[in-house]
Amino acid sequence: MTTRNEPVDYIERTREQYAALGYPAYRWVESREPTPWKSLEKPLSQSRVAIVASGGVYKREQIAFHYRDDTSFRIIDSDTPNADLRATHFAYDLTDARRDPSCVFPLDTLRHLAKGGVIGETAPRAFSFMGGIYSTRKVRELLAPAIAERLIADQVDLALFVPV
Amino acid sequence: MSLSSAYSITRSVRPPRAVFLDFPLGHTAGKPGEPELNRDILADALAAFETIDQPGMIVTLPYVWSDDDGWKGRALRETSASAPQDGRNARTATPQYQCEDDAVAAAEAPACASCVWLESS
Repeated sequence: MTTRNEPVDYIERTREQYAALGYPAYRWVESREPTPWKSLEKPLSQSRVAIVASGGVYKREQIAFHYRDDTSFRIIDSDTPNADLRATHFAYDLTDARRDPSCVFPLDTLRHLAKGGVIGETAPRAFSFMGGIYSTRKVRELLAPAIAERLIADQVDLALFVPV
Repeated sequence: MSLSSAYSITRSVRPPRAVFLDFPLGHTAGKPGEPELNRDILADALAAFETIDQPGMIVTLPYVWSDDDGWKGRALRETSASAPQDGRNARTATPQYQCEDDAVAAAEAPACASCVWLESS
């Protein structure tokens, strides 16, 4: 049997990389306050599920993300086929995400699970932005509340965040 | 709930619920061209909504990327001591389309109502 290695420690790797490049150390988010918690109100099989993803996916005809602290987001209707989805991001290898957007934006996957009864239904809209926003304050105070407001408006039961 | 392929970052951020998939960056939700595998992954991830019973818990999924873990040694190591290199793209403030055709399609489409800006650029 093959021995599995520990997960890659990206915090440590980034520290090494930044030091080698002579950059100041990257300051990772460290949450200290108690983690918020809400119990499920209904079973998964009856829940409306939304995807919120930070892999830089946009839909054809939408304006693409730019690579300098872009705090904007894209609303993607849940019936959008994978063929209309695109991926752009400054910091990860996009080869596979462009070949199959489900790698970072599992909307098509979620639709199949809804059809199979695993979840109640797919929320009407998914939300997409491009990570690598260096201001955590902007994410916390601008971006997250703007998306949360729409998730509430869509009466979403469960939100699945898919970072890259 | 967060579905993540970066364990240490997720542990530091501490989302209420998290599922860890030990795949390379850019594959948080699965592999290209493997819809059945990706459905299994997502179904198992979503099941954690019902099994995680305390805030901050991270459930590790059993899927493995390949027979060997060689990719882990290479991740984020474009930099060598002799030739330091930042493997990322330049941080420009113009839209970065996947292909030129997308730029044309966006220019011809009506003003994007589904593009939401939170800051004036």
